This record gives sequence, structure tokens and C-alpha cells, in this order.
Amino acid sequence: MPEPTSQKIPVTVLTGYLGAGKTTLLNRILSENHGKKYAVIVNEFGEIGIDNDLIIGADEEIFEMNNGCVCCTVRGDLVRILEGLMRRKGRFDAIIVETTGLADPAPVAQTFFVDEDVQKNARLDAVVTVADAKWLSDRLKDAPEAKNQIAFADVIVLNKTDLVSKPELTEVEGRIRAINPYAKLHSTERCQVALSDVLERGAFDLDRILEIEPEFLEAGDDHDDHDHDHGHHHDHHDHDHGLKHYHDEDMQSLSLRTSKPLDAAKFMPWLQDLIATEGQKILRSKGILAFNGDDDRYVFQGVHMMLEGDHQRKWKEGEPRESRLVFIGRELPEQTIRDGFENCITS
Amino acid sequence: MIRFDREKNADSIPSVAGRVRSLAVGMPVIAVHFLGDHAAFVGVEENVALVNEADEVSKVAVHSGGILCAVSDDSRLVMGGDDGKLVALDKKGEVTLLATDPKRRWIDNVALHADGVMAWSVGKTAFVRSRNAEDKSFEVPSTVGGLAFAPKGMRLAIAHYNGVTLWFPNMAVDSEFLEWAGSHLDVVFSPDNKFLVTAMHEPALHGWRLADNRHMRMVGLPGRVRSMSWSANGKALATSGADTVILWPFASKDGPMGKEPTMLAPLPTRVARVACNPKQDILAAAYDGGTILLVRLSDGAEILVKSGTAEVSALAWNAGGTQLAFATEDGGAGMLKL
Repeated sequence: MPEPTSQKIPVTVLTGYLGAGKTTLLNRILSENHGKKYAVIVNEFGEIGIDNDLIIGADEEIFEMNNGCVCCTVRGDLVRILEGLMRRKGRFDAIIVETTGLADPAPVAQTFFVDEDVQKNARLDAVVTVADAKWLSDRLKDAPEAKNQIAFADVIVLNKTDLVSKPELTEVEGRIRAINPYAKLHSTERCQVALSDVLERGAFDLDRILEIEPEFLEAGDDHDDHDHDHGHHHDHHDHDHGLKHYHDEDMQSLSLRTSKPLDAAKFMPWLQDLIATEGQKILRSKGILAFNGDDDRYVFQGVHMMLEGDHQRKWKEGEPRESRLVFIGRELPEQTIRDGFENCITS
Repeated sequence: MIRFDREKNADSIPSVAGRVRSLAVGMPVIAVHFLGDHAAFVGVEENVALVNEADEVSKVAVHSGGILCAVSDDSRLVMGGDDGKLVALDKKGEVTLLATDPKRRWIDNVALHADGVMAWSVGKTAFVRSRNAEDKSFEVPSTVGGLAFAPKGMRLAIAHYNGVTLWFPNMAVDSEFLEWAGSHLDVVFSPDNKFLVTAMHEPALHGWRLADNRHMRMVGLPGRVRSMSWSANGKALATSGADTVILWPFASKDGPMGKEPTMLAPLPTRVARVACNPKQDILAAAYDGGTILLVRLSDGAEILVKSGTAEVSALAWNAGGTQLAFATEDGGAGMLKL
């Protein structure tokens, strides 16, 4: 890493289906008295009621990279806007990119993997998805974009919970968890979520991929009952987390783990091959790995076909050397992935 | 590729660093231009610092935000800003507002024609203003990456995603599309009007021979090309993007096709900016880390202008090729008289 992460400007990607409350959250971020200045890249002017001289209109131009890979797309407009903004470092502390309701978050995220200049100055902090508690279940059925945004998220703000009954809320939470059990989920009214739960998450920081356990509901005032429901989660199995079990037809997460060391000579080619062949289906991937004969933890993360990984630190004394991987994606070939992974475990 | 020189460090090169006059422009700069004898250092935001023959600095407010692009002819400097304004500055320090975007969108690119015609772009739209202040506009399919006027005739190259559009604002048939997949972020015509070259988002250049639109792929660079400059005689295009200056040969009718580019002045760091002297076959090259060298094109001989720590953000010669000006990201600036 040529530049320390801390000096890079954090970028939060704010997604959400039409009407979910992105603008409400954005206005809160901009108006709350936190002493920070944000540069905001929006897709439409005029919706934001806050006077901020660093609001930039964008056009969501999706560009394919010239490498023959159809899912390696970037936001061309972001490359240009970030370049302009980065000359004025010091004028703002962080950047928020708001996408349109129908946008796929992948090209935004991939821009930060692919573009050298963007990478030098900025770092992706987290993908935050605002969802409408009343309508999300319907949108998950009829709008692939909404499902993508949930699957891709690091943080989900489930908004407008005052408009649904408790059973309805439990159902929509269950449906979210069926797609993405790893995101932080906050149930709110009018996007009343602590800004520290949305900003400065470091979700793409390799050093912070410490735990990749499924996440459970944050204890909100009216959700204490849920919280207790999942008190037993330490001995969980995949998909089994106390909520009613839902299975999403085409978007799933797959988690793999082993306490036996992995053979790096087998694992790396397997992972790269998997990403190359199935990368279009795999939205996000993350892993903490223990390799045979290696005293360092290896961590990686990826967005579609883009992967980055590094040795993170030495395994601590007494720390179980367990390898864990998570894939979130569409129509994942589960058995093939499981078999391939098994084959990388040293016997 | 042809390499002229062996590996070495900046400190083993003959130096003229003692003759560089440092200037107190007091702000980070995105570009430097010459208006006659005056150097104009274009700030990252709001101001231009004009420096006269006596090295006296005077600041002029030109924009109310970030300055995104700047071009000059000998008499005026034209700039676009994130305040949605297009502004001109002359060497007396007089500012003229030329255009304002009604939605206050960024003015990303600007170009000047020898005839006094100018062009600028906002998002996907390119504008041309004729000498009698008549505006015409042309929309391309995606955001404009770069603008360049052809040296002859009234023809504007508009670089964008998947190619370049040649727009003829005064003609009945008003455009021609040169297609090449990918994002084109800058564009230049060769001074002899025979070639068009773009810098791409990938570490590559793409060119067209305009007589028959034959493609010229210029690849193999380790980094994206952010700086291009034609040699004094127009026979070579110098570019950044590698740990040497790359000189692409354009002397023959095939341009660089089938020929080796020349690699000059290797250093351990990458070339960030190049500026060819407009009168002699020498160029100035700024490297990552802040070193600037003068390089003779014929044999690659090098002279150190400055070593340093801060990145060079601007580098330019005056029209006579007698003064070199530069600025660094930390607000430093200097000039060297040859």
C-alpha cells in the first residue's frame, strides 16, 4: 500500500430503491452537527435541501474496462469527479456517493479497485443501502435492482418501520437476512440511525475484516425481543439465526469454514479460477485464511471479479487458526464451491 | 524499445538547480501558462497568480470554487470551474466572464483555436463560440473527456467513452465518429493535422491517421498517460506513463506504427508530466516525487532542474522557449531562464 489508509478520503456509497429514504438520510448526514464536511455526489440536483457548496451532479456513466470482462465495469463519471475533488483535499473530510434507485452498486465499488488514481487518494468505506420496510418484500420479488442493493450492502438501514406491523417487520428482516446475513441491519423511522453506524465503517478495509460472522439486529428500543431471540447465535448454522427461515430463490450467501490449514498452492488458483468463472454471479466475497506453514493471517475481499488480498498479521497465541470465507451472490453453484474448497484443505 | 541511458539517480546528473528562481505563489496550482512575458499560475481554486518580469506576484480572483481546466494563447488564459463559469484573464489582470452554466454544472474542458474561436464542455455537451460571439453546441453520447481544435480548418475533436467525435461547427455535415472501445480522457491533434491521439483510461494511447482513419494502438505503458506534448518540429509526441519519457515517432506517414518509441531519461520513479520546448529539441519532464529534468531529444542528455519532495502539478514553457515554469502540489513554484 503506497499511502496509509488513514490519509485517504473515505467514500460512502448510498444506495436504495426509489422512495426508500436515501435523501432523508443524506439530509441528516449533511445537517447534523458533527463538525465534518462532506462532498456529495448525487444523481439529481434539487432534492437536497441543504446548502452545501460541494454537491456535484453525476450522470452514472457505466464504462466497461477494456479487458474483455463484461462485469468489470466502472463509473466513468466518478473517475472524473473524484479527480476534480481530490485536488481540493482539505476542503472536506469525506465523500458520499448517492446512486439512483435503480443502480447496481458494483460499478461504483469496482471504480475503487480498478482506478489507480482513485485508489491513491480515496478509499471505499462502505455500501449503505436504505430500504423501505413496507415495500421491500414486494421489491425483492419484482425488482432485481433492489435485491442487488441488499446483497451488496455493508450496512442496511431498514426505514419506515412505523408503517408496518411487528410481524411484517419480522418478515422483511428475515427476507433481508436470507439474502445478506452479514450486513449491519438497523431498523429505523425516518432514517433515525446514529451516523456512526453509517459512516466510517471501514467495511472494505482489509485490516477490519476481523470477523465475518453473520450479523444480527442492532438492539433498537422496540426490538429488544428480537435481540433476545438471537442470544444463542454462537452455535449457529448458516441461515439459522432465530428468525423465521426464508430462502431467496436466486440470491444467497454461502459461508465456508475449516479449522484445518489450507494449502495455499491449491487455494489461490482455486479462488482465482472461481472468481474468473463465477465472478459475474458473485457480488461480494470475503475471507480470513490460515495457510499451511504460514504464521500470518491472510485476508481477502472481492467485488465480482476483482479481488484484493494481503497478509494481515501474525496469528495470535492460542487463537484458533480457522479459515472462513463468505460469498454473496446470485445462483451460486453451492456444491461446486464447497467441493472445490474441501479440495484445498490439507489432510 | 530504444533506451538511451543507463540506470542512475537524479543526483548524478549535471544541475542547473541553482539558477531556478523560486516564486511565492502561496497556493497549490493545477497549471501554469504564459501570457507574453507574464507567467500565470492557475490555482486549485479561486485564484490565478500572475508573475511579471520582475518576479512580482499578484493574485487575481477568477472563480468562486475549484478551477478544473485552463488553456491559453499568448494573450489570454481561459478557465472553467466547478462554479459553472467560463472565465478569461489577460496579462493585465483583467477578468472577463465568458459563459455561465445555468445549472452550475462543472465546466470540465476548454480549448482555444488559433482564430480566437473557443470551445468548452459541460457534461456531455460541447460548446463552440465563434469570434462574433455566436454559440453552437453539440452533444456526444457520454461525458466529454477532452477537447482539441484541429490546427487547420474549423474542426473540434471531442473525446468521450468509446471514441472521438469530430465536429465541424460550420459545416452542413456536422460530425464524424471515430470509434474505439474504452474511455478516452484527453485528445490532441498532431501539429501537421495528420493524426489524432487520445489518452485512455487504461494505460494506453489510441491514435487515428486522419487521411483514412486507420487505427494506431499505442500500448505497453505501465501507467495511465496524463501528460502529452508535441516536440518543437511536431515529429514526435512525448508522453508520461512510464519510468522514462516516451517519444512516439510521428515523422512518417504511418506515424508510430511499426516503429519503436524512444525511451529517454529513465529514473526510478514514473514520469508525471512532460513539456516540450516550443523552439528547440529539448523537453522538460517531471517525475513522481518532484524531480524535474531537461532532456535533449536527440541523445537523451539530461540536466537536473530540481530535485524535490512535492509532486509537480504544473510544467510549461513560454512561447519563445526561453522560460520554464513549474509548480508543486504543496504550493511551491519556480521559473528557470535558459
